[in-house]
This record gives sequence, C-alpha cells and structure tokens, in this order.
Amino acid sequence: MALTPEDVAKLAALARIDLTGEELQHLAPQLEGILEAVASVQQVADADIPPTSHALPLTNVFRPDEVRPSLPREDVLAGAPAAEEDRFRVPRILGEEA
Amino acid sequence: MSAAVMDYDEALAAFDPVMGLEVHVELSTASKMFCGCSTAFGAPPNTQTCPVCLGLPGALPVVNRTAVESAIRIGLALNCSIAEWCRFARKNYFYPDMPKNYQISQYDEPIAFDGWVEVDVDGEPFRIEIERAHMEEDTGKSLHVGGSTGRIHGASHSLLDYNRSGVPLIEIVTKPITGAGARAPEVARAYVAHLRDLLRALGVSDVRMEQGSLRCDANVSLRPDPAAPLGTRTETKNVNSLRSVERALRYEITRQAALLREGTPVTQETRHWHEDTGTTTAGRSKETAEDYRYFPEPDLVPVAPSREWVEELRATLPEQPHLRRKRLLAEWGYTELEMRDVVSSGALELIEQTVAAGCAPQAARKWWVGELARRANETGSELDALPISPAQVAQLQQLVEAGTINDKLARQVIEGVLAGEGEPAEVVESRGLAVVSDDDALGAAVDAAIAANPDVAEKIRGGKVQAAGALIGAVMKQMRGQADAARVRELILARLG
Amino acid sequence: MNEHLRRSAADLAADIAARRISSEEVTRAHLERIEAVDEEVHAFLHVDGERALAAARDVDARVAAGEPVGPLAGVPLGLKDVLTMRGAPTTCGSKILQGWHPPYDATVTRRLLEAGLVVLGKTNMDEFAMGSSTENSAYGPTRNPWDTSRIPGGSGGGSAAALAAFEAPLTIGTDTGGSIRQPAAVTGTVGVKPTYGGTSRYGLVALASSLDQPGPCARTVLDAALLHEVIGGHDPLDSTSIDAPVPDVVGAARSGDVTGLKVGVVRELGGAGYQPGVQQRFDEAVALLSSLGAEVVEVSCPSFEQALAAYYLILPSECSSNLAKFDAMRFGLRVGDDGSRSAEEVMNLTREAGFGDEVKRRIIIGTYALSSGYYDAYYGSAQKVRTLIVRDFAAAFETVDVLVSPTTPTTAWPLGERVDDPLAMYAADLCTIPSNLAGNASASFPVGLAPEDGLPVGLQVIAPPMADDRLYRVGAALERALTEQWGGSLLDRVPERAEVSA
Ligand SMILES: [Mg+2]
Ligand SMILES: [Zn+2]
Repeated sequence: MALTPEDVAKLAALARIDLTGEELQHLAPQLEGILEAVASVQQVADADIPPTSHALPLTNVFRPDEVRPSLPREDVLAGAPAAEEDRFRVPRILGEEA
Repeated sequence: MSAAVMDYDEALAAFDPVMGLEVHVELSTASKMFCGCSTAFGAPPNTQTCPVCLGLPGALPVVNRTAVESAIRIGLALNCSIAEWCRFARKNYFYPDMPKNYQISQYDEPIAFDGWVEVDVDGEPFRIEIERAHMEEDTGKSLHVGGSTGRIHGASHSLLDYNRSGVPLIEIVTKPITGAGARAPEVARAYVAHLRDLLRALGVSDVRMEQGSLRCDANVSLRPDPAAPLGTRTETKNVNSLRSVERALRYEITRQAALLREGTPVTQETRHWHEDTGTTTAGRSKETAEDYRYFPEPDLVPVAPSREWVEELRATLPEQPHLRRKRLLAEWGYTELEMRDVVSSGALELIEQTVAAGCAPQAARKWWVGELARRANETGSELDALPISPAQVAQLQQLVEAGTINDKLARQVIEGVLAGEGEPAEVVESRGLAVVSDDDALGAAVDAAIAANPDVAEKIRGGKVQAAGALIGAVMKQMRGQADAARVRELILARLG
Repeated sequence: MNEHLRRSAADLAADIAARRISSEEVTRAHLERIEAVDEEVHAFLHVDGERALAAARDVDARVAAGEPVGPLAGVPLGLKDVLTMRGAPTTCGSKILQGWHPPYDATVTRRLLEAGLVVLGKTNMDEFAMGSSTENSAYGPTRNPWDTSRIPGGSGGGSAAALAAFEAPLTIGTDTGGSIRQPAAVTGTVGVKPTYGGTSRYGLVALASSLDQPGPCARTVLDAALLHEVIGGHDPLDSTSIDAPVPDVVGAARSGDVTGLKVGVVRELGGAGYQPGVQQRFDEAVALLSSLGAEVVEVSCPSFEQALAAYYLILPSECSSNLAKFDAMRFGLRVGDDGSRSAEEVMNLTREAGFGDEVKRRIIIGTYALSSGYYDAYYGSAQKVRTLIVRDFAAAFETVDVLVSPTTPTTAWPLGERVDDPLAMYAADLCTIPSNLAGNASASFPVGLAPEDGLPVGLQVIAPPMADDRLYRVGAALERALTEQWGGSLLDRVPERAEVSA
C-alpha cells in the first residue's frame, strides 16, 4: 500500500496535529516503511484465532458506589492554561449546532 | 434557514415513517461511573472532579459496581439478554467537554441486547424492539460566552465545568420502529414515557428530562411505502421533554416529506431541535463526521456477570409499569381516563401509598390529581416534591369523613401542612378550622339568616324546600365556612317546615 | 568519589536504620554527585535538593525516635518523569507538559514516600516513553556513563544512567516494550519488569495501557527486589492490578539457588543478527547457570518472529488514544490562543508544536491502524498475534521454569545513529517485546562487557505471570558467580566521571 502525503494529512487531521508540508513529505515514506514492516501480522492472523486485548484474564473488577473526596478546586484549576469563573476557559468551540 | 414543510396528514398519506430512538439515562448512583466523585446535581463548578474524571495524565478508571447492577436491571426490565462477557470500548473523538478525548462506552459488546417493550398508545399496545442497552459516561458542560444568546454559535470563548463528566449513563437504543404510520410521533412519546416510568420504578434514575437526566435523540426516515427500502435518516438531538419528542418528530416528518416531494434527497445529518421555534436545524453532516476508532478499553477488564448475579438482580425488579397500571385500575375501580390523568400527573406511586395508608382510592385520586396537582403546578414543583406525605393526605381524608372538616376547610388544612404547620389534625386545631355542629351556635346563625332574608324564608314555608340553599349559604358565610352544612339544613327546615 | 555513592541500597538502609550514618548525609552526597556529573550525563530533568534533604531529615528523626522504618528508608531514589508526584513537575520528556505540576501522587510514588525513600528528582526519558535511546526527550538526550558518546538505552535512559553514574542507588522505570530492561542491559545495571498488574499503573502517564508496567532499577539484584517489594502489590485504583500478594522476591534474591531450575534458551532470540560479543557473553552466562545446577534446554517460540510487528501496531493504537488528552484545554502547553482561533485550531497547533517526531509518527500509525476499514487488517490482526505469543509462552512454561535470551541484540550504539531510522530503533526491543505482549515477568541482569567494544551486555530472564521471584533467583545466582569471577561488580569498571564541580 502506498501512503501519500495527502493520506498522512488526513490522518493528522483526525489526530488533531497540524503537520507542516515539509513534515508530510518526510513522514509519509517513513510511515509507509513502518506499515510495510508491520503488515506481516496479517499473514499469521487466521480467522479462528481469538484476539487478545488484555494480557491477563481478569474480569469483574469493580469499586463500591461510595463517594470519595474530590480535588480542591484550586488544585483542579491550577494547571489550566486559562480559567474564568471557576471554570476552564477554552477558545470558542466549533459546535455540532449550526 | 427555515425549511418548507408539508401538511402532516398529506405527508403521512404519501410516506411511511421509520423511527429509531436513542435514550440516554443518567443513573442516580452516589458516585460517578469510574471515580468516587459525587454525582449530586447543582454543585459549584469543578468541585466534583478528580484526576480520573478530569482525564488527567496517569489517572485510571475503576467501574462502579452499582452502575453495572443498574445496567443489568434495566436490561432485564427491557426483556433483554444479558451478556455473559462484555467489554468497555473507547470511542475516540476530540471535544473540549470530554476530558480524555475519548468516551468510555461499549461498542460491539453491550451488556444488554435484544429486548422489547410494550407501550400504551391511546389505550392500544404497541411493541417496540430494543437493540441494546449499554454503559457509558457523561461529558462535562460548556458555557458559551460572548455570543448574544449563550449559544455556541457566535461565542468568543467557552467555560468548562466537569462536574457532570463521568456521571454514569445508560444508552438505550431501539431497533427501527416500523408500522406506527401516522401515530409515529405518539408512539415515540409513549415509548419515552414508558421508559421514564420503568426507570423510575426501578429506582435507577431521577428521570428528569428538564434536568437532562433523561435525554432523547430521535432518528426518522421516510419511505414511499412499507415495502420500500429504508430512506435516508436524520438524527434530531436536544429533545428534552415528552412533548418535544412528539413535536420534533412531527416536524421532521413534514420537513423530509416536503424535500422528497420536490425531489430533493434528505441529507443524512444530525439536527437540533429548537423548542422555541418548533423547528430543527442542521448540524454537521455525517460526511465530515468522525471516525470513532473504537477499540477495547485496555484500562478496564471485561465484565462477566455470573448467571447467579443476574438472577439475584432479576429478583429485585419491580412489577412492569403497564401490568401494574392494569392491576391498579382494576383494584381501584378507576376509568381509563382517570388512570391516564393519574399517570400523566405523576401521582401513581403517591396514590398507591395514600391508599395503603387507609384512604379510599377515589378520594386519594381527588386530592392528588386535583388540589395538590394544582398547587404543584402553581409552584412549578414536581408532585412528589410537595412537602405533604401520602400518610398526611390519608389523615386529611379521615378528618373529612369523620365530619371534623369539610372539603372547603380541607383545602385550608392542606395549605397549613404545606406551610409546615404540622400534621393535618394539628393544623385544624391551631387554625381553628373544625366544623361547628353545635346547635346553639348554629341556631343563632340560622335565626339571623332567616331574619335577614324574609322572602326566602317565605318561599320555604310555602313548600319550596330547594330554596334552603340560599339560607345555608348565608349561614356558611356568616360562620366563615366552618358550619356543618347538613345540620344547618336540618335546623332551617325544622324552623320553617 | 564519596564513599556512600558506590554502596548498595540495602547496605545504606541498614546503616541508616542503625544510625551509623544519616540519610541526610547520604542524600547530600548524592545531590553533590548529581551536581558534579549530571551536566554531562543528563540523567535528571528535575532535582529538588531541599525537598530531598527535608525527607531525609524526617527519616533520620523517625529512626532517632525509635520508630520502625521500612527496609529502604532513607535511601535516595530517582523517579522516572512519567510518574506523577505532587509538588514536582511531570513532563514525560515532552514540551507539551512543560511546567505541569500534577495535583496527585502516583500509587508507586505514594508507596515510595510512605516507605521513607528519598526522592531526589525526576529522571530523563524518551518523550512519553517512545524510544530506545532517550534521544527523543524534548529536554536533550541522556548519555551512557560507560561512553558518553553513546546512548543509555530508552525510554528509561535517565533512570539507568543515574545508577551507572552513581547519582542514585535506586531508580524507578516503566517498561512498555523494554524501557526498563534495554537501558539496564546497555548500562550494566539491573532492571525488572514485574508481571503486568504486579505494580500499579495509577499515576503512570500511559503510553500503551495494556503493555505499560512500572518496575525497579538498581545496581544489585537484592536492591531491585527490595524496591520491587516496596512498590508492588494490589492497588484498587488500577483495575488491571492483580489482587494477590507480591511473590517473595526478596527471599529469592537472597537465595540465588538455581539447582534443578529448568532454563529454556529461546531459539528465536539469538544467533544471526546478534552482535557477536553480546551472543558470546550470553552463551557464557547460560553455561554458568548450567554449572550452578540449572538444567538448560532449547525452546522454540515461533510466534516471536511476529512480536515486533504486532507490538508496533498495538502500541501506536493505544497511544494514539492515550495521548488525545494532550489538547491544550485543561493542562499543559497551549499554542495559538489569540482570541480568533477556535478550540480545534488551538488543539491542532499545540499538538504540532508540543509533540516530537516519534510521538507524531506513532500517533499517526495508531490512528491509521484503528480507523474504519483498516482495523481488522492491522489492530485486529496484531491482537491475534498477541494470542499466539501468549500461547507460545504457555507452551514453553509447560516444560521450563524460566526462559532466557540476550536482552538486546547489540550493545549501546552511538548517539544520533538511529534517530531518523525508526525501524532500526525499533529493532532494539526485539527480545523484550514478547513479555509485554504476554504480560509475564521479565528482567535484565548484567553478564559482562562485549569484547569488541567493552560495553555492557544484559541477559534477559522471563518467568510466568506472578512468578517474579524466579527472575531474582536467576539474577542473584549470576550476580554472585560473576562478581566472584570478576573480583568485584561490573560497575566498578565504569569510567570515573570527571566531576565538574563539587
Ligand atoms: Mg452514546
Ligand atoms: Zn472524579
């Protein structure tokens, strides 16, 4: 498969990274090389092999429905790039709503 | 842009609507889905947050057991199969009110699937197939600043509060609902109302649509006839009341019908319902929509409810709302119409408890659906939030039946109880509201009334007994409503008969 | 060099507990050493001397008051900058987290502090633990104390180099595909990746959640075991944490008895493609184990051939999702918020400016592998390979108690050599990756210097899940026999650093 700079740009948009044109040119062949190297997994992955998402077979790990102290609000907002009215201030959001 | 719409009857004559409903329910657990922060409503911004629900680097989720139990109970109440093994999945998309930029949800392995419910549409049963019910987490809330209306459009920036972030949600998805025809909007409304009652009876959610603890997204598409393949659908969001469910679907059907009639294809998109204008507007179209890149959540281990656990939970299920309603209708001797009023005013549980406290069913209905519903309406509160208990209503009715007070005085007693003046008997005492049936006190008032209305007295003497009403009224007025009306009548007739 | 610097953590702790020396004095010696050599080595990103000395004095006071203290109380330690600690920055070696002070402690951090260990500071690492050389740190590379023109391994190069440069007797690492073991191998130190779920990931900034595991780094096997015991054990804040006692790692490290232990040499991890000196030292160490009473056999794990490919799909997939939270909204760097740009534009600009090349590469590969239409071929297939690898291990452990291999195919390479050749860089983790995919316990122990370049060689030991004690049994046996053979520790041969100032 060929991975063009345009393909990489689409993926970067999905991943919210504003790559420069230079980066796209540089990354596309590297990423293609990586994808070619890892594509071999398809050869051994027979349909009858179940996928493994978790290394160890734990199930049903729960916590009781008990309220624990939250962080003090000063701590919550201390790391915020910007805060206003006890809330995180962020640039305008391009919404679902038009 | 306001789209053209077609007359509803005309639209339904030309097209067959197919609906799909997605309902999100906020569970009323004490703590959040994956952390110990409180879920209590209305706290100051960002005071119910921690590294987990803020999505801080390094924090990890741990599943709330009660939320899983609620999910299973909801699944069982919807006649679903419960998965023997299922996982959480990450739904990846960037949005500022979602701290991790992925939502922990379930994808191809929901905890409950393949169920059905039977809802009541104007007295007729309608079966709706349930596709799935799955667990997920809520997002934070954004406040849009700088725009004229507080809406996202035109805002200069936004302020984020993550108190709701991570509150447990159950998403309930129907299979395509066909065969509803012109009644489609009513069917949708009946379904959401049914879910609301069911979830309330399960005790798993506050189900307050106005507070957002029950939210509905309505999909609808049109096709020329029931044999035709499904048409292109739209998904209408922000439908936050039962009335809106019905209105939004009705609008969307007429809008799509107008488009199809003029040969314009319907765009597959998300639309937003506007309560004020009664219309929907387009959001982002699905072509530019996100690829969610679901994959199994590696930070959480699979949920594998044992069959014993599922059966234990099944044993905790309340009677199904429609069966319970049928049973109570028969037990209480209400008419269908009376029962519908009871249910729609949210009085069913209250009446049941009032009857259990010894009150006659018709009297209980009269107080709750009449006087009390009126007062709740005036103050904008829910019926069950009024500061009067079913036991107090039963006591009130006992006082009426014992003749201590009459209906008119009972209204003043209710006012006293709601004002926090104590039990009904105490209010009667402290406000001096008991009916006077003492002949000496009543006799003087009767004599005064006869003296003041000689022409009426003459009529009664002449045999026009029905004219006694006017004199009774005069006595009542004189005694500020506290006279025993029956005794007053006897005394009048004894004097003039 | 100060007399305290070359001593083991176990010895230092015993002397501190017996009031023969003070923790303050030991801590001060290490802070001075850092001051003297870290400008060259660059093992630390952040050092808080005042806080460390206060913690040391606190331990001294508790000892003086006769309070019982833990077996490592008062010993200085370096914490990999991927674990959160209140009151200190956590950067993960990334610009995007520059200046971020987390408002909470990682479970590992909390346990260290509760056990009286003295945290000197945060150690350097490849950005978000992506790399095998620590050259991907946004704050400059760490240098290998054996040869400062060479890489110290990665991603935990800072933690390994701090040990080899005698800046700390103990450090904490995290291992996603070899980030504890490979740096240990190329710096001649001990590094252990516990069983997945054996140590808590709470407060470890995730790279790949299903692979990451914190673990101990030390200069001796016993020190690593003592540290393992402090940080290990069940944590209710981590859903993948195993609810069982920590295996008796300290007992195993003290014993070092391998009589009758069945050792399997993995056929697929060695031979052609491995640096001759690496293979030679490995073969000698295996022969040594045999002479100590272990039963050595060859074992085949054919699916390991696909481990690297599967890993470089699973890791980027998980990491593309884990790193989505770095979006300039709630913490960390924000670029381009000039009042006109939207949140989405600011996210795009911040992630472009804040992430390094390797991070971008992996995020994009992961985004691709998970996207609709490619999921089954890439991520899905990789998960199947993971199943095959788990099966290979299970079959191997039917017949042997532990598996061994070289930790890395080569010794430390020159800085810069593989920076723009991702595939060559990835090959460094060839031997370590299978254990992360299967979640078992794995460690690297020093077994000598390669004759051709005089650089350290590591031997990897792999044990079944929750049999971490076996690692220490093998490690201690090798350490004892080799120390005797060499007439001292391998690290005695690290070139003396010219101490810049004191
Ligand atoms: Mg959902
Ligand atoms: Zn929280």
